[in-house]
Amino acid sequence: MTTLDEPPTDRIARTDTAPRPRVPRRRRNLRRHALPVWSGLVILWLFIPIFAMIAYGFNDNPNRINFEWKGFTLRWYRELFAIDDLTTALVNSLTIAVIVTVISTVLGTFIGLALGRYKFRGSGSVSLLMFANIAAPEVVLGASLLSLFLTAGVPRGYLTIVLAHVMFSLAYVAITVRARVAGADPSLEEAARDLGAGPITTFRKVTLPTIMPGVMAGALLAFALSIDDFIITNFNNGSTLTFPIWVYQQARKTGGSVPQQVNVMGTMIFFFGIALAVAGAIYNRRKKV
Amino acid sequence: MPYALVLPGWLWLAIFFLVPVLTLLSVSTMTGSLSSGFTQTFDFGNYADGWDKYHVVFIRSIVYGLVATAICLLIAYPVAYWIAFRGGQYKSSLLFLILLPFFVSFVIRTQAWDVVLEDNGPVLSALRHIGIGDWHLISQDTRILQTSYAVVGGLVYNFLPFTILPIYVALERVDPALLEASSDLYASKAAAFVRVVLPLSLPGVFAAVLLTFVPVSSDYVNASILGGAGNTMVGSGIYTEYITNGNYPVAAALSFLLMAVLLVGVFVYARMLGTEDALEMAAG
Amino acid sequence: MIPTPPDAPRPGLSPDLLRGLTESRISRRRMLGLGGLSVLGLAAGCSIPPAVQSGIGSSRTEVAKFWAKQKPTKQLNFANWSLYIDVDPKNENKHPSLDLFTKDTGINVTYREVIADDDSYFGKIQPILANGQGTGYDLMVITNGRYLDQLIDLNYLIPLDQSRMTNFYDNAGPLAQNPSFDRGNTYSMAWQSGITGIAYDPKLTKRKITSWQDLLDPKFSGRVGMFGDTEDLPNSAIVAIGAKPETSTPADWEKAAAWLRKQRPLVRKYYEQDYIEPLTKGNIWLSMAWSGDVFQANASSGSKLEFVIPDEGGVIWTDNMCIPRHAQNPVSAMTYMDYVYKPEIAAMIAEYVNYITPVPATQQLIRKDAAAASGEDRAGLLDIADSPLVYPPESAFSRLHRYRVLSGDAEMKRWNNLFEPIYQS
Repeated sequence: MTTLDEPPTDRIARTDTAPRPRVPRRRRNLRRHALPVWSGLVILWLFIPIFAMIAYGFNDNPNRINFEWKGFTLRWYRELFAIDDLTTALVNSLTIAVIVTVISTVLGTFIGLALGRYKFRGSGSVSLLMFANIAAPEVVLGASLLSLFLTAGVPRGYLTIVLAHVMFSLAYVAITVRARVAGADPSLEEAARDLGAGPITTFRKVTLPTIMPGVMAGALLAFALSIDDFIITNFNNGSTLTFPIWVYQQARKTGGSVPQQVNVMGTMIFFFGIALAVAGAIYNRRKKV
Repeated sequence: MPYALVLPGWLWLAIFFLVPVLTLLSVSTMTGSLSSGFTQTFDFGNYADGWDKYHVVFIRSIVYGLVATAICLLIAYPVAYWIAFRGGQYKSSLLFLILLPFFVSFVIRTQAWDVVLEDNGPVLSALRHIGIGDWHLISQDTRILQTSYAVVGGLVYNFLPFTILPIYVALERVDPALLEASSDLYASKAAAFVRVVLPLSLPGVFAAVLLTFVPVSSDYVNASILGGAGNTMVGSGIYTEYITNGNYPVAAALSFLLMAVLLVGVFVYARMLGTEDALEMAAG
Repeated sequence: MIPTPPDAPRPGLSPDLLRGLTESRISRRRMLGLGGLSVLGLAAGCSIPPAVQSGIGSSRTEVAKFWAKQKPTKQLNFANWSLYIDVDPKNENKHPSLDLFTKDTGINVTYREVIADDDSYFGKIQPILANGQGTGYDLMVITNGRYLDQLIDLNYLIPLDQSRMTNFYDNAGPLAQNPSFDRGNTYSMAWQSGITGIAYDPKLTKRKITSWQDLLDPKFSGRVGMFGDTEDLPNSAIVAIGAKPETSTPADWEKAAAWLRKQRPLVRKYYEQDYIEPLTKGNIWLSMAWSGDVFQANASSGSKLEFVIPDEGGVIWTDNMCIPRHAQNPVSAMTYMDYVYKPEIAAMIAEYVNYITPVPATQQLIRKDAAAASGEDRAGLLDIADSPLVYPPESAFSRLHRYRVLSGDAEMKRWNNLFEPIYQS
């Protein structure tokens, strides 16, 4: 993810030596607007289900059989935890996501740092490993992990979900951090070493702050991947429920309608995401000093 | 020093990714049954069995994958271009805006599409009103749900960010001085795009194709929520063989077949593009 | 072919990276070699152990010995299907019959509606039980058919304590006592039974539906719903072609599969439990259905769906309470299982669930409740008491067939490979 410290893209410089071809004003304006209009439409399209979800969180319709709008209410916000299984599933998802984010951010940052900063034998195969992990289909990742657990006799539940989630988010953190590290200037660390700082101090006071935006981006990515994962979790969860799995099972049972609490929870996760990103941006801006 | 950094993560992936995939390969040639257990017999017949039973679904998954990826590329490229070249100081905010919907669980988002695209829901009701006299845009009977359009639409929707991001990253790296140079040499904007920007963005396009085509073809949740008879994808077949039938060898064989086909396809595409080091680009 | 500018600086491609690339190619080759060796090593060594567990024992004395060792506890963990027990009209999370049970016995009940269909539930618990571990539940409800058969064959169920089944033997009807799939009620007691037939919306179909062949009517193209499973779908098809599932031969199965394949273009979707909503919304006009669902849908959403047992016949199934191995509270499970065979309790459940209750005496009780009630409540209760779908007359049973029992892996594989592709492809 890029940060705000990029110089603005240069407009194509006009020279006076070559006459520019004359383009009728109107056509130029239209072409100029095509891209933003298209992008605006795409963004709007991306948000349609989100708007629907937020709206239904206020729908005064407890009936599971139909979707009609029956009036505005804050009832679901009050009765948010009325369904025990749903609450358990949500709590599971959140706690798993936090644990997974911590572990995969630490492990992934280390790998990203190593790959971006150092040249060493085997760096190519580590890259390949990351790449293979990201490219492999989720079904294969989930099924193969299940095979392992079956042959090793490991019972499936909360723990196996955590193991699985860290497995697939690690690589994303690694390549995010690596991208950031590769672009950063190593001379700062050299300077620190010249001034007598040990490796740990260098890491803490120079390296870490420099790569922090990449680490934060990686952590955010890991959190989002974990909390939303369905396929890999579905193969390896045993009888432990996570939020996406509960919603999916509920929808399969009732032909599509889920309790409005789900929409409320989705809305809250959505705004939580906004809050996180805003916090990250503010942190970045402050750190730029 | 780098080895110490790499070791813990590498170990995790070795145990929970490499070993399982190798175990999967091993299971795919076993024989047996749930009650009597499975033993290694190096029986490759499981692959034939899997293909016999699921080849229709398999091919359909690849086709849906190709179509959805193509649509994703067409939608994503202009957006990525716009943000990279015209985004200015708003680049990160725009990217963030694109990624924001994906913070909500995709099951909820796809379920929401299920509501929006209902037979008598907002979209179809509005479309039915379009018409003059006897001519109507769509007939009363037309439906979107439980068709391949709904499934492919859902796939495109859910995987679009995977397409946008790599293309954006590649475009963003393009040195604007190159475009200056091309206009100095009398190239029109279109020519500059085709001969300078597009080739430079190819590694990003390749990464986008890889990161879109593979997950799209192996997804089955969109098909189960938005699809109907004749829309199922191979992922559900794998799930059925594993969880419902307990037929682990065939399930493993199917998974491997899927992964092999997808990755072979991607490597062939990489060769075609002439970007062998596109792999490094993609990984970086 | 888009020409790549040969001398244009490629972003990020420094000499270091080129070196890195060539380096990695060598170690990649070594990796492949190592990989190949490890695969062979793993392959030779690996195996997945048999799923069958050693049984508790088949003789009366062994079973009695097991139960003698069990101590009563104050907790019961109950896994069931959704909408399958009475519900407090004011609070969805409360179930009056369960609360009554807790009051009468002091046993606290954790009730979870985790079973969406037998396939996936069995798929979830099978590996756990194969490992000799508990599922976390003491009581579960499983349909008769391949999954119950497998659970019994693999010794995943605890044989019931016959000494704790007095209410059962006093009150259970003929459907529940000594069924063909569990002689002597060794492992299970019926929870509810149901009929698979056809449900339809007469306003949309514009005519009465009377036969399985109506599902082939081209006028209904794209408006037909079917089940996507290996129990109801194939067995109904076998009935549709005029054979009896219980005694059907593989030749019959082929014919049934052909019938289903002919019907496929007309089917909108192969549903699991979720066909009833599309039916009420009008997405589909007719569908394979379970008898109790139509009752509930009409009651809760005001729809006017109708359910019919087709002329060729219908399929009857029974959902059974059973106790998985390694349950923590088996005595509580037994207590509960026998408790629901008290007619008053069975009536409470029957008034809500509207499937075939295993206790015939409830019919009189419901009539009494109806007499004491008035208006809508009274009409509703009379509907249930008089319904041939909840209390089928003797004559109906001649047209109702049980699922085909599949013996052995070969038969099951053949069945699966014949019928699964119909809804999976």
